[in-house]
Amino acid sequence: MNGLLRGAVRLWPVPVVLLLWELLTRGIEMLSFPPPSQIATSMYTMWLTGPAERLWLTDAALTNIPVSVGRLLSGWVLAGVVGIVLGVALGRSPLLFRFIDPLVQFARAIPPPMLLAFFMALFSIGPRMQISFIAFGIVWPVLINASEGARQVDRQHLDTARVFGLSGGERLFRIILPSAMPKIFAGLRVSLSLALILMVLSELVGSTDGIGFQLLDAQRSYDFSGVWGTIVVLGVLGYVFNSAFLAAERRVLSWHRSAKQTT
Amino acid sequence: MLEITNLSHTYGNGPTAHNALGGIDLKVAQGELVCIVGPSGCGKSTLLRSIAGLLRPSGGQVTLNGAQVEQTPDNLAVVFQDYSRSLFPWMSVVDNVSLPLRRKGMDKRQRGQAAMEALEEVGLDGAAAKYPWQLSGGMQQRVSIARALAYRPALLLMDEPFGSVDAQTREDLEDLTLRVRNLHNMTIVLITHDIDESVYVGDRVVVLSKAPAGIVGDLRVDLPGPRDQITTREHPDFVHLRAEVGRLVRGMRSPSPSAS
Ligand SMILES: Nc1ncnc2c1ncn2[C@@H]1O[C@H](COP(=O)(O)OP(=O)(O)O)[C@@H](O)[C@H]1O
Ligand SMILES: [Mg+2]
Repeated sequence: MNGLLRGAVRLWPVPVVLLLWELLTRGIEMLSFPPPSQIATSMYTMWLTGPAERLWLTDAALTNIPVSVGRLLSGWVLAGVVGIVLGVALGRSPLLFRFIDPLVQFARAIPPPMLLAFFMALFSIGPRMQISFIAFGIVWPVLINASEGARQVDRQHLDTARVFGLSGGERLFRIILPSAMPKIFAGLRVSLSLALILMVLSELVGSTDGIGFQLLDAQRSYDFSGVWGTIVVLGVLGYVFNSAFLAAERRVLSWHRSAKQTT
Repeated sequence: MLEITNLSHTYGNGPTAHNALGGIDLKVAQGELVCIVGPSGCGKSTLLRSIAGLLRPSGGQVTLNGAQVEQTPDNLAVVFQDYSRSLFPWMSVVDNVSLPLRRKGMDKRQRGQAAMEALEEVGLDGAAAKYPWQLSGGMQQRVSIARALAYRPALLLMDEPFGSVDAQTREDLEDLTLRVRNLHNMTIVLITHDIDESVYVGDRVVVLSKAPAGIVGDLRVDLPGPRDQITTREHPDFVHLRAEVGRLVRGMRSPSPSAS
């Protein structure tokens, strides 16, 4: 209860900003800056005027949002797996690092919009192109962090593993990965927020559904409150993903936080 | 059981090369508890790492039960000084102790049981489910000792195991070491820079000189047992040996011919 109250108190800027925004936009009366009340109405008609047996969700809500979230998460999971595997390999093998690192530095410097053209040429328009584009664009923070985390495993932990004859698999899964996990999580978190951006980007050019497509659609038909409504949904999604991720991180890395506090 | 012949090691090369070990010969018999004492930075850890197969020495060889040490031998355990970096903070205490037991061909239940027995021996069975960072330094070092005990090594190496705990805990851990050694008749090589500790714990004290480390003294400790922190330390033989080891560590000659 107390925490709830404190949470509510912390949110005080939200209504204040909304109110100011409402007054300002009503005052200037620009088409491209609709007042929040109008955005809310438009969001309501866009997503929540469907039949009751579908929880009032509209077709647009039921197709675009899950489709986009699906792409985003597929790209993120793919990037996570590839980034961790490759990053740990690079971190543990100086030889591999010498050969692959220049390639990594080159690939991560390519701006995502340019990648888009490349992936469209490679896969043509469709989920394959979108997911691989998202994954390629966001894999770098995971890869680089995983590589650094794997390289910085405490020497005494490795010595201990050697003395007690841990197998290669045990060393990897019981020592190296847990050691690198705090860094890997930091990378995954950055990638998750990047994934949202790249998801929209990929849907703006190469898609016939999804939140990005809906944004484009609203823009084409000069439905400015629709544009703003879609942006709000993206913001909410970003917030939800980040909160869910932080909650997961707290669980998985509880040893890390506590160990740091006590030593 | 442990035989070291003409062991030498040099770190690096060229003008920055550091000669840490300069030809060490040492034999340790089955069941012996040998303390190796020497000034800080003289090469004690280098010696221990060579015995453990963690470091390939530049010269000489180490044989354990007749087999030359190339990689880390499978019947050897180590207790490091820095317990906070030796235990794995992402595993519970009992998982830390039981992790090395997989290679002993034990199933999950057996591993858990062996780990609990070892924790009981060091008086920490109540902390099995805790994490290392929830324990005090002395308790963490007990967990390290329990991990080594559960492993049932032929040879236990300890590198300044009590160097970073307070005096009271240090005495407790010394007594714990003596107790488990009597129980299991283990061969132990304990490295320390503490002269009193070497005499109190050891059957034998080997003194190393400053770099490059060489053996400058090898003394048998014949103190009436069982050893006790108060009475043993005031025993005339203890006082005498302590002075003798102290002189050797500082590179001084014995004042009287009786002390040799
Ligand atoms: N990896 C290393 N590279 C270069 N010099 C080292 C290395 N490890 C230890 N030394 C040097 O070798 C000497 C002996 O080190 P060490 O065996 O750790 O001493 P001790 O354990 O007796 O304090 C020290 O002077 C130390 O600086
Ligand atoms: Mg040392």
